[in-house]
Amino acid sequence: MNILVCISSVPDTTSKISFSDSDTKFVSAGITYIIGPYDDYALARAVELKESSGTGNITVLHVGEIDSEPVIRKALAIGADVAVRVNSTAKDGFFVAAQIAAYAKDKKFDLILMGRESIDYNSGLVHGLVGELLSIRSISPVMKLTIDGNQATLDREIEGGKETIQADLPLVLGCQEPISEWKIPSMRGIMSARTKPLTVIEPVQYSSGLSFEKYEMPAARTGCKMISDSNVGELVSLLKSEAKVI
Amino acid sequence: MSVLVFLESVDSNIKKSALEALVYGRNIAGATGGKLLAIAVGEGVDLSLAGVYGAEKIFHITDSRFTQADEQAFAEAIADAANSNGVKNVVFAKSSLTDSITPKLASMLQATAATNVVSLPDYSKGCEVKRSIFTGKAFEIVNINSEKKVFSVKKNAVELSEAPAAGVVEKFSPNLSNKAFSIKTISTEKTTGEVLLSDAEIVVSAGRGLKGPENWGMIIDLAKTLGAATGCSKPVSDLNWRPHHEHVGQTGIKVSPNLYFAIGISGAIQHVAGISSSKVIVAINKDADAPIFKVATYGIVGDAFDIVPKLTAAIKAIQ
Repeated sequence: MNILVCISSVPDTTSKISFSDSDTKFVSAGITYIIGPYDDYALARAVELKESSGTGNITVLHVGEIDSEPVIRKALAIGADVAVRVNSTAKDGFFVAAQIAAYAKDKKFDLILMGRESIDYNSGLVHGLVGELLSIRSISPVMKLTIDGNQATLDREIEGGKETIQADLPLVLGCQEPISEWKIPSMRGIMSARTKPLTVIEPVQYSSGLSFEKYEMPAARTGCKMISDSNVGELVSLLKSEAKVI
Repeated sequence: MSVLVFLESVDSNIKKSALEALVYGRNIAGATGGKLLAIAVGEGVDLSLAGVYGAEKIFHITDSRFTQADEQAFAEAIADAANSNGVKNVVFAKSSLTDSITPKLASMLQATAATNVVSLPDYSKGCEVKRSIFTGKAFEIVNINSEKKVFSVKKNAVELSEAPAAGVVEKFSPNLSNKAFSIKTISTEKTTGEVLLSDAEIVVSAGRGLKGPENWGMIIDLAKTLGAATGCSKPVSDLNWRPHHEHVGQTGIKVSPNLYFAIGISGAIQHVAGISSSKVIVAINKDADAPIFKVATYGIVGDAFDIVPKLTAAIKAIQ
């Protein structure tokens, strides 16, 4: 099986977010970058699928600048065989989808996996757009995935529950937990990742219909009003008469 | 220059978030001088509120195959309605279903989509909208430059207000390709009769402070008393104390209720990211230094096993 896993490089989930230059630049100083958590689940499942079938090839693709190579190497250490970096800032979901589709169109991948969304810009569009650009069925958010021959059986989240569905390969899937557990690279994986191929390709032309203007921080929440644990009734009257939410 | 709004329904009623999307669409129609159209799916869905909130016409699909949440079929149907009615703007209320329809539709219409939108467009500078990014930790302002636009709107982006219009319901049989309904549904597990977490006005969430799944009875009691949905923190769903679809946070469901209860939840930054657009947050925790109190509106330091039953009783007393 030939699997493409698309990964984003995003600030660690514990990161404090701040901006500079009149709220037009993201402050990356002091930020630790990780594989997008949802993408990391997709990668882990790809590695399991390859291990259980005993054959196959996993390509990991990332759209980003050279400073995201440590994140790509980590994906190789977890178990991807080869990596491709599209040498450009990931401008927005439409731009990223165009890059993925341009790379994948003649590669005959059976599965194209990625997270349901990136946790930085949260567009959640990329899997659906890639599917349309390649005329391949896309499904999201996928919580469980098994492959039998040419057929995938998967669970996906729906409003208030989940459904189990079957679809034929090839597929583009947006993934989330509990499709797999995040994998920690082994020492052997880390050593072998150093010599696995990481190819850099230039982006294809794409002019997006979105233009960035500026960032904004949410209004800070004002101080918490503390209520004694012996006076629960006061909380109820505040919720009713002050906050007017019950 | 018409505007088309997708009306998702639950238990034969239009979801409140979809009515908000309709009000959002009404504002676009007002600003750009177009008609407000809507599209809804499902036999027996009560569409009367669509007219109350300003829809001139509702395209109603009654094809029973649409009970399957097949985003391909939904996207093709909405694209068909949009293309045959000169629609330039499509509005969705963000949900599990519309999240997968949005990119497909944008691609089919060659439109640009802005997701996680929290404000009405500002047409004084093109078409500027504010999006929630970094999972609720920040916003960005973007300009949508394309002729056709798709908006996926977060809950509470607009206040609901009535503006009665004709609300004519017209049966609609969309043209579908052979890709629609090409996936096979094996089984569906859906909670029924419970408030949907993503759509709830009040959410009662609990965390590891509850010590075990057997202690959730009092949380469910409080939620039932308030007509609220129940949620939980990531450790709780990871431990399988509660189902995954209740996980609230950065990598789970993001909620924007009027009232959010965090009970026995310390308030890790990842959890706070998922609740930051709640209007009022109540924290109950035995640790006075728990970070949840930094974002809460009201807080009680104490034992949840003592406080929660008293709280439920006090609410019942005023109902």
